[in-house]
Amino acid sequence: MSSESGSATAPLGTPASASHGSPNGSPNGHHRKIERVESVTIRFAGDSGDGMQLAGTQFTNTSALLGNDIATFPDFPAEIRAPAGTLAGVSGFQVHFSSHDIHTPGDALDALVVMNPAALKTNLKDLQPGGILIVNTDSFGVSDLKKANYTISPLEDGSLKGYRVVRVAVSKLTVEAVKDCGLTPREQDRCKNFFALGLVYWMYERTLDVTLKWIKDKFGKKPETRPVMEANTRALKAGYNYGETVELLPVQYQVAKAQIAPGTYRKITGNEAAVLGFVAASQLAKKQLVYASYPITPASPILEGLADMRRFGVKTFQAEDEIAAAGVAMGASYGGAIGITGTSGPGVCLKSEAINLAVMTELPLIIVDVQRGGPSTGLPTKTEQADLLQAMFGRNGESPVAIIAPQSPVDCFDAAIEAVRIATRFMCPVFYLSDGYIANGSEPWKIPSVSELPKIEVKHATEPNSNGWTGPAHEVGEGEAGKFLPYKRDEFLARPWAVPGTPGLEHRIGGIEKQDVTGNINYEPANHQHMTDTRAKKIANIAETIPDLVVTGPADAELLVVGWGGTFGTITTAVQRSQRKGLKVAQVHFRHLNPMPKNTEAVLKRFKKILVPELNGGQLCWLLRAKYLVPAEGLNKVQGKPFLVSEIEGAISKLVSGEW
Amino acid sequence: MATAAPLPTLTTKELTTDQEVRWCPGCGDYSILAQMKKALTTVGVPREKMVFVSGIGCSSRFPYYMNTYGFHTIHGRAPTFATGLRLANPDLQVWVVTGDGDGLSIGGNHLIHALRRNIDIKVLLFNNEIYGLTKGQYSPASRIGTPTKTSPGGSFETPVRPLSLALAAEATFVARTIDVDVQHLVAILQKAAAHKGSAFVEIYQNCKIFNDEVFKYATDKAVKSSNVLYLEHGKPMVFGKDRTKGIRLNGLKPEVVEIGKDCQLDDILTHDEFAEDPTPAYLLSRFVHSEDPSAVNPFPEPVGVFRNVTRPTYEELLADRIKVATEKKGAGKIEDLFKAEDVWTVS
Repeated sequence: MSSESGSATAPLGTPASASHGSPNGSPNGHHRKIERVESVTIRFAGDSGDGMQLAGTQFTNTSALLGNDIATFPDFPAEIRAPAGTLAGVSGFQVHFSSHDIHTPGDALDALVVMNPAALKTNLKDLQPGGILIVNTDSFGVSDLKKANYTISPLEDGSLKGYRVVRVAVSKLTVEAVKDCGLTPREQDRCKNFFALGLVYWMYERTLDVTLKWIKDKFGKKPETRPVMEANTRALKAGYNYGETVELLPVQYQVAKAQIAPGTYRKITGNEAAVLGFVAASQLAKKQLVYASYPITPASPILEGLADMRRFGVKTFQAEDEIAAAGVAMGASYGGAIGITGTSGPGVCLKSEAINLAVMTELPLIIVDVQRGGPSTGLPTKTEQADLLQAMFGRNGESPVAIIAPQSPVDCFDAAIEAVRIATRFMCPVFYLSDGYIANGSEPWKIPSVSELPKIEVKHATEPNSNGWTGPAHEVGEGEAGKFLPYKRDEFLARPWAVPGTPGLEHRIGGIEKQDVTGNINYEPANHQHMTDTRAKKIANIAETIPDLVVTGPADAELLVVGWGGTFGTITTAVQRSQRKGLKVAQVHFRHLNPMPKNTEAVLKRFKKILVPELNGGQLCWLLRAKYLVPAEGLNKVQGKPFLVSEIEGAISKLVSGEW
Repeated sequence: MATAAPLPTLTTKELTTDQEVRWCPGCGDYSILAQMKKALTTVGVPREKMVFVSGIGCSSRFPYYMNTYGFHTIHGRAPTFATGLRLANPDLQVWVVTGDGDGLSIGGNHLIHALRRNIDIKVLLFNNEIYGLTKGQYSPASRIGTPTKTSPGGSFETPVRPLSLALAAEATFVARTIDVDVQHLVAILQKAAAHKGSAFVEIYQNCKIFNDEVFKYATDKAVKSSNVLYLEHGKPMVFGKDRTKGIRLNGLKPEVVEIGKDCQLDDILTHDEFAEDPTPAYLLSRFVHSEDPSAVNPFPEPVGVFRNVTRPTYEELLADRIKVATEKKGAGKIEDLFKAEDVWTVS
């Protein structure tokens, strides 16, 4: 079993003999060996119609409720149902559960459940030597093997001999268990994910209660789905009992509760956390939330989640296209609401012109970009961090925007509140750069108390603001006193937010360059220079309100590992392991990408070497080198998958030892 | 007897900004701006509750000249900004000013969907059948044969018929008027203002520089009575110098007939702007002026209100959903947000 300590743990962890009955009622009363392990990584893999995401989610929920720390990584194809049994149709769900604090869904698998040859072929490389491989032998017929491009069955050619292979006729046993429930043969077969899940519950000595309750809630309410409830219940129990009866493995594994901070917890994905964060922000700001979006993977769950928040006054709008979604969000923010538009990279391309209008009209707008593999349609369901420079520069003209990036599923909540704070305080667009990995991944979230949440104070102009002052050139006069001046700025250079409907403040805004203070159309050279500089300075001023970077690690570290966004967990684990090995390495992580925290340059210049791991071609690295002239080196990966801890650990070793 | 509070009235001066109007001399937009101000003096909406939203093009400079709230947005997208504004604040009277390039070409998609949803916005499409601000290229509304720098030898694309498009998009209010027909223009703008839901008004607008006199057949006093059919609810569709011509339906085919010769007045089609069925309005939207002098019984181009029906607006339906959700579970409070079914406590 894997251990985050990095020491070479035996695959089975530290045995601790114990014997007792099953928590679910042992059918045969046999005693068996129990081994306690620190943490386990399992992956369920099968055809995209096999229900692997469901099995994985159920296992995660149970583990979380048992008090383990958890981290998950669902990995599924872009096709909803690729041809059954093919390599393209394989869907997987990985869960890492532990008795201590973990930050990633795990590198190498301790156990792999495969429902067909295609799942075996695409996932076996991630199973560690000696790992447990549970195989549904019923789907290894000639045609199944052919679909996965096997000429000889891997169950027979000796290629699996480095693993502990557990052969189970999952399909036949499932059908046998559910045959009296009144389902069609096809429906009977579809219960096999619950059988497999039951089996894995037995292996790790987990209760069935959480899943039994879920099945009852989901299928027990309507008479027509009760047979499905019955069949899934039986399949789950049959899987568990099968493990118990045949003593599938000589041991059962236990993972104790994690020592985590006291509090009330729930499991949450990044996209779920974003939904709650934006609703919380609108409540904190006492402003209506308007979320306009066009469905796109992997951002759609935010639109779906917010559509269910109507009793909070949330208005969601499914627009006719990405551009419309941006326009609707901005129209709403012009009207005094919190306007948010959500999408992924290809949608950002389409929204660029509207975002630039928000830059020019200086209206609050939040652009949620749940990044996926690009360019173009790219890898819709796979993760990447390659939109940073698009967010930074992807518009015509000098067009500064604020950028923040949540660093974990849980942080998606806090980052959402921060995005709303910045947009409304500074009257500017804010990019929220999440990614497919943290958006779909989950971890336990300590539910905050309302009093702990940050305050968001939103001010709207209510009265004319002209004092009748007259000044030179671009420091234009205010004209007669008693007028409303839409571009008269405050100490941070933010302009007033006057909402249509307010008497006496009627004014016009638009995308044409305007005179400062009055907002009137103006094409004078000096004015354009002044306005361009002012827009840049305003974004830079955000740095006055964000926390400094915090460096973790020894004071005499020579190497600084710098990350941003969703790679936080993996980088943290890699740095901690390296530190335990005695390497002098420190870590810093950016949540605010534009502007960067005020101490950025001072921090970077303290270190001889800088490593920047990113799931892109080196975008933050490029920015840091360009802005601060530091010798940053990139560790870059664009495979649609997150970093493995070992990949970053390896790069750290190489840089420290000078083998880079 | 109790009297209702008087509706606010405005003067055209109050509706005028201090900005210099920069359209070309002789542009039809001047007349539309003047009639718009005149129309708004008596619609009963205070100035701060009016918002003009526009895209890009000559017509889209309109908001700068109206002393109301105004938002000059990006090319073709004005309906989306107007939609968002109505979502945030359903108390505002929101006007969208667009042109044939902005509204029918780059922004065609948004126009269709705003009308379909019945967002309560008033869309004014200034149709001059040309691209003016980019200096005279053909537009999707240009007639076949229109010669421009990008259509040497004349445009050969089939033009969009804006009203047919609006009707196909399920618009609840569809009308047409003409820049220089000032009383008609004011009346139509006021009817649009009074409509609840999306209103679509096509305004024939002369571009003095790049497409001058393209609507001469409909504005020249010498010929317009033969070429224009003024639609009036409940009235027979008659036109012509002596009002002796009318529209008759022959099966599903409309035809122009001579009253007293081909038929009697009773046989002439009566206009019903409130008809639920959009088919008659659609038939009218297909009437196109013919420049062919040998054409027998050519159709007049109708102006007036083609369709005016009531359907709940998007904003009303969304407010209903919010009300239902709130009644079911109570108004959301921040404390409720975090409660999930499966929580666990660590002590």
